[in-house]
Amino acid sequence: MPNPLVETVDLTKAYGPNVVVDHINLCIDEGEIFGFLGPNGAGKTTTILMLLGLAEPTSGEARIGGYVTNIHPMEVKRMTGYLPENVGFYDDMSPVENLAYITRLNGISDREAKPKIDEVLVTVGLDHVANVKVGTFSKGMKQRLGIADVLVKDPRLVILDEPTTGIDPAGVSQILDLITVMAADRQITVLLCSHLLHHVQKVSDRVGIISRGKMIAQGTIDELSTQLTDGTQQVDLEEIYMKSFSEGIA
Amino acid sequence: MKPIFWKELADHFGSWRFFVFMIVILLASVSTTYTASETILGNAETTDDIFVLIFSTSGEGLPTFIWFIALLGPFLGIIFGFDVINGERTRGTLSRMLSQPVYRDSVINAKFLAGLTAVGVILAGIILISCGLGLFTLGITPDVGEIMRILIFFLLCLLYVGFWLGLGILCSVFFRQAMVSVLVSIAIWIFFMSFMSMIAGVVADQVYPVDRYSGEQAVLDHNELNRQINLISPVHLFEESSDTILTPEKHSLDELRQLLSYLKGEMIPGSVSVRQSLILIWPHIVSLIALTSICFAASYIRFMREEIRAT
Repeated sequence: MPNPLVETVDLTKAYGPNVVVDHINLCIDEGEIFGFLGPNGAGKTTTILMLLGLAEPTSGEARIGGYVTNIHPMEVKRMTGYLPENVGFYDDMSPVENLAYITRLNGISDREAKPKIDEVLVTVGLDHVANVKVGTFSKGMKQRLGIADVLVKDPRLVILDEPTTGIDPAGVSQILDLITVMAADRQITVLLCSHLLHHVQKVSDRVGIISRGKMIAQGTIDELSTQLTDGTQQVDLEEIYMKSFSEGIA
Repeated sequence: MKPIFWKELADHFGSWRFFVFMIVILLASVSTTYTASETILGNAETTDDIFVLIFSTSGEGLPTFIWFIALLGPFLGIIFGFDVINGERTRGTLSRMLSQPVYRDSVINAKFLAGLTAVGVILAGIILISCGLGLFTLGITPDVGEIMRILIFFLLCLLYVGFWLGLGILCSVFFRQAMVSVLVSIAIWIFFMSFMSMIAGVVADQVYPVDRYSGEQAVLDHNELNRQINLISPVHLFEESSDTILTPEKHSLDELRQLLSYLKGEMIPGSVSVRQSLILIWPHIVSLIALTSICFAASYIRFMREEIRAT
């Protein structure tokens, strides 16, 4: 069995007495799309930050491609593309310039970067506005530019934090298609974080549900229904997910 | 680190702040050097090293060039530093940048160097223009020693503005909002600019009370303590060191002591070598570098372990 690309061992983050991420054991294999589901404030983003070495775990550890993330953050960041929830771009620069900056930060020479930038802009359908200032873009366009932004560095793993929030239905299906395409054509592993079950369900191979910092269930969608009901009855995933919401509130 | 440096530098050169400050400082410096040269021409009996005096002489109604830099330098540094980190945070580009394989300290370093380069271009520009104006109005050329003095003065200006740039960056790391960051920086600047000398005066009065019956030693002690306390302030560090390097006749940091030694006939007025002046201001240079390092250390400590959330 191949080693998992992303693995966390009892990953925990506490702010004082407030435990936000509680002994999460996550396992994502190379090439799959993993849906990370949970209500707002469940600890999804904090988990991601620890995966990227942008936050320090209180205990436990996270490994990406065999590297412990807070000890070797550079190696991890080199192979990982991260699209934060509210991604920002330099408004006074064009998409090409914004992406060129990212390739330079990744140590890719300008000559190598040029065709790559053109290619990813075609992939996300922004080639017609390649030289327009980003300040004029809509939220949907910025989100697609964000996907171009993570693809341009040729990552092995892409982490998308709520990529479909605040986007209109057409934009959502565009983004979900892009996610499927990047996994199929480029063999990129995708960690898709969202609180929207339907979006996650549509594209994910496997799903993990997190609530109040704890991983409630992990597996394929079929596995989940059996896992959560001891195989006694078939239940709708939605029901389970809603239940995790109400628990979160209570 | 290089890509960040070049991007920041390009941003600075294209920004309105750069343009506005270039003009403000240009106007201030040209008018001070012009009136200074008028004054120098007025009392022509001064020594050989006349040229450098255009920076340290005050003209009619206008203060010296040094004073202008002491006043505007902090502004320059703060303006180019106060939003470098929190600005990226507000725009949401910080987490994007830091999820690339770049070290956080190189982000701070690159931004500092880019700011310093932009400021250096402004300073070099106005010093050269002032020199040109001096050549024109005084009609004499500076000798090697004087050129050395002007170069050292330029480096002092860079160090001085570098401190304020470091302070601006420190505030931009600590405060999420650019507005708070700029207000705190300016508060610190005002403290050093005006309150420091008041505090020094009060303390010196308490420790060495001086009235008109006081002896020579008491007055000298009072003066010395006052000066020492003021030297905590980068503004005074800069003013005193620049004045010393640009006034070749100054062979003691304590002007009162120097004057007394002239009056008593212990010393004959005359110029000292560049080396001597440099020895006098060496502690000032070290202190300015130390103050800047403190700002840097604090920025690093805060920024290194910080959690970067996209908000």
